[in-house]
Amino acid sequence: MHTPNLIEVNHITKTYTEGETSTKVLKGISFTVKKGEFVAIMGPSGSGKSTLLHILGLLDEQTSGDYIFAGHNSKGFSEEALSKLRNQRIGFIFQSFNLLPKTTVLENVKLPLLYSDVPRSEWDKKATAAIELVGLSHRINQESGDLSGGEKQRVAIARALVNEPDIIFADEPTGNLDSRSGKIIMDFIQDLNENKGHTILLITHETATAEHAERIIRIYDGEIASDEKVKRRRTASDEYLK
Amino acid sequence: MTFEQYLQTSLSALKRNRSRTGLTILGIVIGIAAIILIMSLGKGAQKLILSQVQGLGTKSVVVVPGRQLEGPPSTVGLESLKKRDLEELSKPYNVPHAAHVIPLIFGNDITEYESENFRAQIYGSSDQMPVIFDADPVEGMFFSQDDVVGSANVVVIGSKVNTELFPNGGGLGSRIKIKDKSFKVVGILPSKGASSLINFDDGVIIPYTAAQNYLFGTKHFDRILVDVDTEANIDITIEDVKQTLRMTHDIDDPTKDDFSIVNQKDLADRVGVITTALTYFLAAVAAISLLVGGIGIMNIMLVSVTERTREIGLRKAVGATTKNILLQFLFESVVLTLLGGIIGIILGTTASFVASVVIGRLASFEWTFIFPIGGAVLGIVVSTIIGLIFGVYPARQAARKSPIEALRYE
Repeated sequence: MHTPNLIEVNHITKTYTEGETSTKVLKGISFTVKKGEFVAIMGPSGSGKSTLLHILGLLDEQTSGDYIFAGHNSKGFSEEALSKLRNQRIGFIFQSFNLLPKTTVLENVKLPLLYSDVPRSEWDKKATAAIELVGLSHRINQESGDLSGGEKQRVAIARALVNEPDIIFADEPTGNLDSRSGKIIMDFIQDLNENKGHTILLITHETATAEHAERIIRIYDGEIASDEKVKRRRTASDEYLK
Repeated sequence: MTFEQYLQTSLSALKRNRSRTGLTILGIVIGIAAIILIMSLGKGAQKLILSQVQGLGTKSVVVVPGRQLEGPPSTVGLESLKKRDLEELSKPYNVPHAAHVIPLIFGNDITEYESENFRAQIYGSSDQMPVIFDADPVEGMFFSQDDVVGSANVVVIGSKVNTELFPNGGGLGSRIKIKDKSFKVVGILPSKGASSLINFDDGVIIPYTAAQNYLFGTKHFDRILVDVDTEANIDITIEDVKQTLRMTHDIDDPTKDDFSIVNQKDLADRVGVITTALTYFLAAVAAISLLVGGIGIMNIMLVSVTERTREIGLRKAVGATTKNILLQFLFESVVLTLLGGIIGIILGTTASFVASVVIGRLASFEWTFIFPIGGAVLGIVVSTIIGLIFGVYPARQAARKSPIEALRYE
């Protein structure tokens, strides 16, 4: 059976120009991601992986090359249309959580719904369901500042899931967490892919984190160094084997 | 996003930073409160002045002796109004629209009853005085035409004179002394307060004939009041009065008039214009503080936009458009200024109410509290406009932030 490509990247480059000097961050990157895949993009800092994520997440524009998201070339979209795509088809998870301060878990998770076409009467229902999915129902009316790091990231995951996106971009989701919380988050993300069918694109510089994915794309100096399947995926049970 | 959602979003953002919100709107609160206070007090003062000016109604025309044109007040002709003028002005073929014509003589002297005494305003007039001034006695009655013709020693006394001379009551029918002349109290007036012409409470009223013959030894009047039948006939009557007086005084050249005429309605209108202009001038001065308050809001909003760079980035990442962000921050500044405006109106109204009570206590005249509805509406409108004007720049700064710059911001 043929699975359509959700993401198609053809010879993407990105050059930052500041004054006289221009820095080429991405030097022609091509790959595809199919629906339902779990792909990790690995690379040391400065390799261009964050820039790539921003382009894939429709937050930034490439200098040249084509980015086809769900069959549509990103160049054809207006600012308004890009916002709508980010809102309805993309979920973001950030290293630093980016929750609204002094705001409850429920309100944080509802944030993407504010900019969506979802009727207001369904907001609470959808947000509550997403919070239940990440196991934070008992914290629903807590302010985000009162949560632990792991809990904060779970709120961020619930926020990313609330609009039922086609793909989730996770940018170093364990970067600000201790190893135990990080593990829980990675197992959770893996579960979303394996059992709930979410397409996930993960960015990390840690091999251990990347090995939760099915496939790892390694980037060095703005170019793809390797793109291969993970031979032995890490799973939740690994921890117990140690 | 709907209007309501923008409102909620901005309210919750402002709630997150309560103390800053409070301090930010302080400038607007003070500005609006000052405007409300000034407009309320201005209206109160205007009402007070008008009530004094209009004490004898806008239908009255006052004839003043002497030439009262430009230059230093002339002392020539201050005794120009005589009994003959009164008689001529009272004739219907001279002044057909005059309902009543009364003379007035002013003076003041000590009034005495047994051991009590009081320095009172003394008014000499005719029996028709209570009709024009709406001053019927509460006890006894006003003196009659016969009393005037016969120079009777009768007096109608004001309420304060009554309480000063007769602290134990029983004034009516007693004889009081004015300049060692004895007068019988035939009427006591109700408490009326002062008008521009007559201070009834502190005054005693006697027949003008008695005033001329027994007290002042003069033959002239200080004023002649012509009460016009309807307001529409005021201008005609003024002309009639002038013609009549020129005829009796043998004056051909109007610039040589030895009298002048004060029209109460004109005076009231002029006072109204002056006090209104003064009020608006002061309100405009207070409005400068609103400008300063608006700049304060713009400053804080700019700081807030910088502080909330990450929030803006996040909102854009999860689907907010540039327009969404622009409107969110614009709403915040309008909600801020509007909130300041409403608090300012409440504060200004309270302050002007307290001021009216204090003024009423300290001063002898009655000061009415007026809620300046116009000022309140103006306050709401102005604060909204300030929010819009001073909110646009910070909101545009916020909306312009690129999501990746914003998310990277630490």
